[in-house]
Amino acid sequence: MRARVFVTLKPSVFDPQGRTIADALHSLGYGTVSDVRQGKYFELDLETTDAAQAKALAAEVADKLLANPVIESYRVEVD
Amino acid sequence: MTFAVIVFPGSNCDQDAHHATTAVLGQMAEFVWHKEVDLHGADAVIVPGGFAHGDYLRTGAMARFSPIMGAVKTFADRGGPVIGICNGFQVLLEAGLLPGAMLRNRGLTYRCEYIQVRVEQTDTPFTAGAHVGQVLRLPIGHGEGNYYAPPDELERLEARRQVVLRYCAPNGAIDDDANPNGSVHAIAGLCNEQRNVVGMMPHPERACERLLGSVDGLVILESVVKALTSA
Amino acid sequence: MIDDQTLDRHGLKPDEYDRIVGFLGREPSPAELGIFSVMWSEHCSYKSSRVHLKTLPTEGPQVLQGPGENAGAIDIGDGLAAVFKIESHNHPSFIEPYQGAATGVGGIIRDIFTMGARPIALMNSLRFGPLEAPGTRRVLQGVVAGIAGYGNSIGIPTIGGEIAFEPSYAGNPLVNVFCLGIARAADVIKGVASGTGNPVYYVGAKTGRDGIHGATMASAEFDDKSAEKRPAVQVGDPFMEKLLLEACLEVMRTDALVGIQDMGAAGLTCSTTEMGSRGGAGIEIDVSLVPQRESGMTPYEIMLSESQERMLLVVKKGREAEVERVFEKWDLHAARIGHVTGDGLLRVKEQGRVVAEIPNRALTDECPVYHRPMEKPAYLDEAQALDLDDLARRTTVAANDGLIALLGSPTVASKRWAYRQYDHMVQTNTINLPGLGAGVVRIKGTNRALAMSVDGNGRYGYLDPRRGAMLAVAEAARNVACAGARPLGATNCLNFGNPERPSIMWQFGQAVEGIGEACRALGVPITGGNVSLYNETDGRAIYPTSVIGVVGLLEQAEHVLTRCFEDSGDVIILIGEGTGELGGSEFLKAVYGVVAGQPPALDLARERAIQDLLVELAGAGLLRSAHDCSDGGIAVAIAECCFETAGRGADVAIDALGAPTVSSLSEAAALFGESASRVIVSARPALVTEVLQRAAALGVPARIIGEVGGARLRIAVGGRMAVDLSVADAEQVWASAIEGRFAKQVA
Repeated sequence: MRARVFVTLKPSVFDPQGRTIADALHSLGYGTVSDVRQGKYFELDLETTDAAQAKALAAEVADKLLANPVIESYRVEVD
Repeated sequence: MTFAVIVFPGSNCDQDAHHATTAVLGQMAEFVWHKEVDLHGADAVIVPGGFAHGDYLRTGAMARFSPIMGAVKTFADRGGPVIGICNGFQVLLEAGLLPGAMLRNRGLTYRCEYIQVRVEQTDTPFTAGAHVGQVLRLPIGHGEGNYYAPPDELERLEARRQVVLRYCAPNGAIDDDANPNGSVHAIAGLCNEQRNVVGMMPHPERACERLLGSVDGLVILESVVKALTSA
Repeated sequence: MIDDQTLDRHGLKPDEYDRIVGFLGREPSPAELGIFSVMWSEHCSYKSSRVHLKTLPTEGPQVLQGPGENAGAIDIGDGLAAVFKIESHNHPSFIEPYQGAATGVGGIIRDIFTMGARPIALMNSLRFGPLEAPGTRRVLQGVVAGIAGYGNSIGIPTIGGEIAFEPSYAGNPLVNVFCLGIARAADVIKGVASGTGNPVYYVGAKTGRDGIHGATMASAEFDDKSAEKRPAVQVGDPFMEKLLLEACLEVMRTDALVGIQDMGAAGLTCSTTEMGSRGGAGIEIDVSLVPQRESGMTPYEIMLSESQERMLLVVKKGREAEVERVFEKWDLHAARIGHVTGDGLLRVKEQGRVVAEIPNRALTDECPVYHRPMEKPAYLDEAQALDLDDLARRTTVAANDGLIALLGSPTVASKRWAYRQYDHMVQTNTINLPGLGAGVVRIKGTNRALAMSVDGNGRYGYLDPRRGAMLAVAEAARNVACAGARPLGATNCLNFGNPERPSIMWQFGQAVEGIGEACRALGVPITGGNVSLYNETDGRAIYPTSVIGVVGLLEQAEHVLTRCFEDSGDVIILIGEGTGELGGSEFLKAVYGVVAGQPPALDLARERAIQDLLVELAGAGLLRSAHDCSDGGIAVAIAECCFETAGRGADVAIDALGAPTVSSLSEAAALFGESASRVIVSARPALVTEVLQRAAALGVPARIIGEVGGARLRIAVGGRMAVDLSVADAEQVWASAIEGRFAKQVA
C-alpha cells in the first residue's frame, strides 16, 4: 500500500522560496499566478493492505519526523 | 572542566569546538559519538555546527533522534549547561530543548561572513562574562538561520527574556540591514526557560584566536569555564 | 565483427579496435569493449597529451609524490605533507551546472583523502560566457551553488579562487576545482593493489546507472544533441562522502590497508585496473557482489557506472574484520567483491562466470599514445597584430573613466557574491579570507601556514599559448609569494579544444612547453594535474586555457600578507617595472572590445628574483601589504589595495612611458598595461630603506611611488594627475558589478 504525505508550511510562515518562484513565473508571463507556496511530498511504501492502518501509520511518521509542527502542517492520502 | 562535544554523522565543527576549548582555553574536551548513551561525566555540552545527517529532510531533524540526545536532555533537565552552535542550535530546536524553528535564509543563499550581535542577557552560563549591550563581532556560516517562532510564542520568549543575542550593526543598533537571514526580532541566540540551554547561529569557536580575525567568541566559551571552575 | 555505429558510440577508432583484438587474441566481449572504451578515452588515458606532459618537470627535493597517483604531495616540514591537485569538470557543468560542479568538488576531494590526507582547503577557477548573456547567469548560479552545496556540507572551506568572463566560454564553461589536504608524510597511502590473495573491498554509495559513458562524454564536443545527454550527469551526496572521508581516514590509521583509490571517471573499471597496474598485480572481482541500487544491471553497466562516493580498497589478508568494523561504525557497508591475483589481469566475473579478462597494462601503460600533428593556427599572426594608433583614433578615454570601466568589468570586479556562499572558515584554519590574495590556511600544531593560488588567463593563451601558459605559472606563484609564502609545487589543469585538429594540438604543445620552462625557473615542479580536451561547441574551441595551482609555505603564519593597505603614512613601493604592454589586456577588451596583440613579456629570472624578495621581506616582517599587478595593470592593483580598508586612499606617482608607445594611449598604457613581474607593496616609513636595500641586493628594481592616506585614489603619470577618484565611489563600482546583477534579497 502506498501512502502520500504532503507537507506544507503553515500559512503564517513566510516562504521566500515560494515568493521567488511566483516572481519568476510573473516574469515568464504568468500574471494570473497570484501566489506559490513550496512544500514537500513523500511517498511511503507500506507493508499493509489495510487503508486505515496505512493512514494512521503515515500520520504517525509525519508527526514524528516528516513535518516540523512548529512551522509545517501535513495531510495524508492512501491508495 | 570537561566539555562533551557531540559528534553526529555529518558534524563538521566538532573539531573546531574541541580545538577552541582545549588548545585555546586549556580545558578538557571529549568527543561523544551520537550512538552513545552517556556524557562521561562532562561538565558542559557543546552541540557543534555542521550538516548532521546531511541536513536532509530538515536541518537537525534526524539528529534529534540519536541515542545521545536522551543523555543531553537529562543533563539539561538537571540544569547542566548546554550550547548548540549553528547546526547544533537547529538540533536543539528540533529536539524541543529550545522553542521555535529555523527556516531558509530569506535571501535564499548560504552566507559566510562576519556579522555583529548584541548581548541582551547575561544571566546564562554562556553570557555571564559579557555585559548587556556588548557588541561581539562573530562569523556566521549558514543557509538556514532564519529563526521563526509563532507570534504568541515569540511574545512569551521576549517576556521571559529568553532572547540572548540579537543581530546588530557595528554600533549596536538593531536594524534590518544588519540581519543576515531574516530572523524574527533579529534573534541570533536564545535560551530555554531554565536559562541553562543556549542556542546561537554565529560561531563563537571560530572567533577565539587573533590570527583568524576576531577573538570576540572567547567570552562565550570563557563564561561557562568561569562559571564551572570558580563556583 | 563490429559495426561502425557501435564503435562510434564507444568513442573508439577502427585501428584502436584492431589493437584491442590484438591484445586479447580474439574479439572483445561487450563488457570488455565497454572497459576499453572508457580506459582508452581521452579523459582516462591522456592519449593525446601524454607525450607532451612527459616533458614537464616533476621532481625536486620537496616532492614526495609526483604525477601518476591520485594526487601529488610535497614535504612541508614537521613530518607533514601537503597533498593537492586540480581537476576539471567542464562538460558536466554545462549540462547540469549544480550537479556538474558539485560532483567535480566531490571528485577532487576523494582524490585527496584517498592518499591519506585530511582535506583542509578548496579553491576553484571558473570561466563563463559574458555575464550579460541570458544563459550565463543560469550556469554561474548553478555552478557556484553546487560548489557551495557540496563543499559546505562536507565541511571543507573554500578559501579562494578566480572567476573570469569571456565570450569564448559561452557554451563551454570551465570548472576547475583544487583541493589540498594534510597528511603525515610517512602515512601517505597509494592506490596500489598487491599481495596475491588480499581481499578487495567496495565501500560507499550503491552503484546505479549514473554517468555511464561519462568519460566518453568528457572526450567529445558539444553539439545540438548535447541536451539529450542529461542522464550522463551524476548527482552528488556530500553527506555520504563525509562519512566515507571520516571512515577511510580512520581505517588508514589501523594500517590494515594495502592500497585505496576512489572510483571517479570510469568508476570500478578505472580503479581496479589502475590499482592492479601500479602494483604489477591482477584483480579479480565478481560484479554480482557489488552493492546495486537498481535492478537488472549488466556487468557492462556495473563496470562503467560513475555513481559517486565510492571507494575501492585492498585490505591485508586477516585484517578484514577490523576494516569492516570501522565502516559499520559510520553506517557504511564495506562489501568484499574480489581479491588480488598474481596474473596481471583484470578479471570480471558475474555469478562466477568470466565476462571480461584483460591484461591491466593494455588498459593503462600500453593504451594508445598519439603524437598528434601540430600546426600553428592561421589566426595567430593577425591576432597578434595590434595597432594602437588605430584604436586611439577611434576613441580615447580619460583615466578615471578607464579605471571605472575596468573595476566594473565582471572579470576584475569583486567576487564577493560568489565566495560569500562558500563556507570559508570551517576547520578554523583560514588566515586570509577570500578576495584578499592567495588563500592561506595555518597548519595546526605548527607555526606555519600554507598559501595557495589558482590562476589562468584565456586571452593570453589565445594570443600566444606558450607565453600565456608561462604567465599563468608566474602569476600563481607570484600570488603565493605575495602572501609571504615560498612557492613549492604546482598542479596544472589544461583546458583546450579538439586535439584532433592540428591547430589545437599546437596550442597544447606550446602551452606545455611554456609551463615546463616557467616551472623549472620558478622552482615549482608539477606534482599532478588534469587535462580537459574537446572543449568546443559546433567546431568553435575555447581559448587555450592553462590554469595553474601553486602551493607555498609560510614559515611563520603571523607574517602573512594581504592586499590591503594598513595605515595612513605607510609608503607605497613598486617592485618591478612596467613597459605599458596592452596586448591581450582587460583594458583593450573593456574599452575597445578588442582582444589582440601579444601578451606581456616574461623575464623568468626577474620573476624568480621578485618572488624570492617577497618571501624574504615578508619573513623579516618588513612589509604591511603586498599585491601583484595583473588584470587592469597597476591602476587596478593600487585601487584594490585601497578596497575593504575602511576607506584608506592612496597618493601615487608613476613614470610616463617613453617612446615607442603611441602618445595618445601612453597614459592608459602606463596605468592599465599588464606588464608582468610587478608587485605593489607597502611598508612603514622606518623600514623603507631596508626594503629598498634588500631589493637592490637581489637585483630587483624597486621604487617609492607614493603614500597611503586620505580618502581618494590619486595616480599621477609623468607628473600629470591622471586618476583622481573617491575610494568609496570606486569601491562601490567594484563591489556591486556582479552582486548588482542578481536579485536583491527577498523582503
